[in-house]
Amino acid sequence: MTAELSSPGRASAAQGLRNPWVAFLIRRLSWLVVSLWVVVTAAFLMIQLVPGDPVRAALGTSAPAELVQARRESLGLDDPLPTQYWNHLRSVLTGDFGTSMTTDLPVSQLVGDRLPTTVTLAALSFVVIILIAVPLGVTIAVLTRGARWRGGELAFTSASVVVAAIPEFLLAVGLVYVFAVTLGWFPVAGGDGMGAWVLPVASLSIGPAAVIARIVRVEVLAVLGQDFVRTARAKRLPPWRIYARHALPNALTATLTLTGLLLTGLVAGTVLVENVFALQGLGSTIVQSILQKDYPVVQGIVLVYGALVLLVNLVVDLVLAALDPRSTIREA
Amino acid sequence: MRSRRWMRVVTTPSGAVAVALLVLVIGLAILAPIIWGDAASEVNDSAPVQGPSSAHWAGTDALGRDIFYRVLVATRLSIELAVMASLLGVVVGTVVGTAPSVLPRWAGRWVSSAVNIAVAFPSLLLVLFFAVVFGVGTTGAVLAIGLAFAPGFARLTQTLSAAVVGRDFVAAARVAGVGRLRILVRHVLPNIGEPLVVNATINAGQALLAFAGLSFLGIGVQAPSYDWGRLLGEGLTQIYVNPAAALAPAVAVVIAGLAFNLLGETAAAVIGVRTGPTRSGPLPATPGRDEPIDASGDQPVLAVENLHVAFPRDGRWATPVRGISFAVRPGEFVGVVGESGSGKSVTALAVSRLIEHPGVVTADRLDFAGVPMLSTPERELRPLLGTSLAMVFQDPTTSFNPTRRVGRQLAEVAEQHQDLRRGPALARAVDRLRAVRIAAAERRAGQYPHEFSGGMRQRAMIGMGLMGTPKLVIADEPTTALDVTVQGQILRLLSEVRAETDAAILLISHDITVVAQTCSRILVMYAGRIVEDLPAADLTRTPRHPYTKALLAVVPDLATDREQPLVAIAGRPPAPEQIPAGCAFAARCPLADERCRTDDPALVQVAQLHRVACWHADDQHDQGTMG
Repeated sequence: MTAELSSPGRASAAQGLRNPWVAFLIRRLSWLVVSLWVVVTAAFLMIQLVPGDPVRAALGTSAPAELVQARRESLGLDDPLPTQYWNHLRSVLTGDFGTSMTTDLPVSQLVGDRLPTTVTLAALSFVVIILIAVPLGVTIAVLTRGARWRGGELAFTSASVVVAAIPEFLLAVGLVYVFAVTLGWFPVAGGDGMGAWVLPVASLSIGPAAVIARIVRVEVLAVLGQDFVRTARAKRLPPWRIYARHALPNALTATLTLTGLLLTGLVAGTVLVENVFALQGLGSTIVQSILQKDYPVVQGIVLVYGALVLLVNLVVDLVLAALDPRSTIREA
Repeated sequence: MRSRRWMRVVTTPSGAVAVALLVLVIGLAILAPIIWGDAASEVNDSAPVQGPSSAHWAGTDALGRDIFYRVLVATRLSIELAVMASLLGVVVGTVVGTAPSVLPRWAGRWVSSAVNIAVAFPSLLLVLFFAVVFGVGTTGAVLAIGLAFAPGFARLTQTLSAAVVGRDFVAAARVAGVGRLRILVRHVLPNIGEPLVVNATINAGQALLAFAGLSFLGIGVQAPSYDWGRLLGEGLTQIYVNPAAALAPAVAVVIAGLAFNLLGETAAAVIGVRTGPTRSGPLPATPGRDEPIDASGDQPVLAVENLHVAFPRDGRWATPVRGISFAVRPGEFVGVVGESGSGKSVTALAVSRLIEHPGVVTADRLDFAGVPMLSTPERELRPLLGTSLAMVFQDPTTSFNPTRRVGRQLAEVAEQHQDLRRGPALARAVDRLRAVRIAAAERRAGQYPHEFSGGMRQRAMIGMGLMGTPKLVIADEPTTALDVTVQGQILRLLSEVRAETDAAILLISHDITVVAQTCSRILVMYAGRIVEDLPAADLTRTPRHPYTKALLAVVPDLATDREQPLVAIAGRPPAPEQIPAGCAFAARCPLADERCRTDDPALVQVAQLHRVACWHADDQHDQGTMG
């Protein structure tokens, strides 16, 4: 693996260790392992911390004591804590997340069913956000640079503050009212085909798009003020080339850092939006399971969410390191 | 002082709106349950789930209760819970955030790592996690939201206090033996209080939204209690029958959330002391006073007459360059010298058409290679300037794009202006790097600027100017940011470029010795004007302007009489927005009289190739060799 990641062809063990990429990857991956361990442990402790008997709580007060006891034994809740922890770690590593207390289905199967909806929703929204926010932010930056267009600047900033302050589930309600109830263009909930995705994606995208557009604008303005942009102007490049070749890539590396936050925020945002539109994803499932006190399912989904967030952060860090030769790797 | 700053928050338009909204929301939170509490819980079996009417502005719910009143009454619980949750988050966050600076080092590191992991997760996921632990219900939701917001706040506290701990007065206190807890309470917390309060305000808005979300999902407030989120959740189920049931609480949440957010954002903006530029009046026209440049001889590469540069500043015009005239002839090596703020660099940017809006450049004449630059559209100028005017900037570290390879940054010029394709353009770039004596040019072209040394970067910058066939190289303090050892290299390289290509060079420098050694002619600038223009050979023999002499006098190896001349350059040059009437140097000039203070002298010819702007240029030849 070392040979593959350092420059191929002339890699030796000694070179591999000195290669900043290898050191960076080792550091970053060990951080990932630690974080994953924290998530797995937190998911384990979550059930231990639930006040009272989780099985009794799940089955209800009228359930016969024998059934409760049988469940407790099958879940291993009567074992000593270290044993339980060990079993938990082992089963998570083998992909066994337990069995739902309400449906008796394996949690892994449930997660497998629901994950695609959530991932599709988040991914579509991400693409829409980037497609709207980056061109918008760059355009506004170019139009308002050097206090050129104060009115436009003020209008954009205030509009984006207001839009960004509306949380996705409220936006969802508003969009449902206008486009589903009043105009009837899209289904209120459920439905098939692309039409069903329009409103959920829109409600997840509009707020973050406003935030990212603002950030892109500020970053582009900052980059436009840098010396190397003056150099590009001194080379008499046409403006579009300065914006596209010199300003945008530098502004985007700064923006990309925030993309991690955006993506993880989207994962969380899906929870509420799935509930508004009754989409069968992880978000609606975890809420139902919390209300039904179906703890194995909650635990499994918490693990998946945690892993998703860590994975997104890892990918963002790697992309950042690859894009900007000065970033994290060298500063290590 | 501080209270006045907070007053400023209220007087901004967005701040005023925020405060008005907040007063409305808090007023409702206090009064609504008292006034409409009974009306809101009045069950009416005969009118379940109705649309808006004059009796029920937002319709009724499944039990026939008035939704409008319920939304108003729910204000109290919604706000109460949001404030409780965010207070919890702020307190826990501050404690956790400051803990590393009080705890033993190893423990502090553990706390920091834990915070670092926690902030990677969006707060809503943490809320769900804690909601499971604390159980469904109001108390559980307050604890969940509070704890979920704590890591973010802890991170903020940590960052802010780290900045304060690094400051001198804390170091002084530590040296004085003040304990860590005492430093925290006495020095750190008071200095980070303001941003913390601002963020706590924004936090309260976020907590409000999070609570609405949680109650909407059914995990927060449980019946028969109700907050906005719960009303919203109930309303959504009947959105076809009565959309107002969902929209009314949604609007309430948005208004209250906006009030907190807007107040926080405005406060952050005001406390960050950001003032927007104000409008300046029209730029006053100034007629030229200097003698027009000599029209005889070769056509100059650069001809400048009555050049002004102005920038709007606080509603007035600052004029860093005030009507200068000069010419640069082919192959000439002209130095521009003066203190910082004398307008040298602005002149360099102005004659190369690099002054950007809102700066304004005016001139009676500004010709490059015979082309009037002010009247020719930029699009038409680009090929000419791109190939014949080279710029070398002060700091080669920041003047290269850090994310692009050096070779490509050079090649770009040829691709743009010489119609070369990628490959040949890069080959030309490698050739030019070789021309400025960069070893292993081929390999270097593929490297990023940060892999170059400072002197090498500056040479590459000169090489970039050589991609075309420059008629003029403008070098703005090209050696200031470099080691003294490489200074000579760069100046020699510029001289070689001149010798080999017959390009003229305009060298800007604050160092009169550098200019005297390298250039053939010298322009001395002071407060935006050229005060003397003379051949380099005459600089030490017959300087006429007192400022030129003062500049020479402060150079140690040229000084003869150390008793008096340093006094001549005491004081500072005037700021570009406060140029006095008369000669700008009068306040610092030992020869200044009444006339100097009222009339600004023009730059006039006093000898062959020698121009001076001084009323006393003729009456002190004896002091001419002072420096």
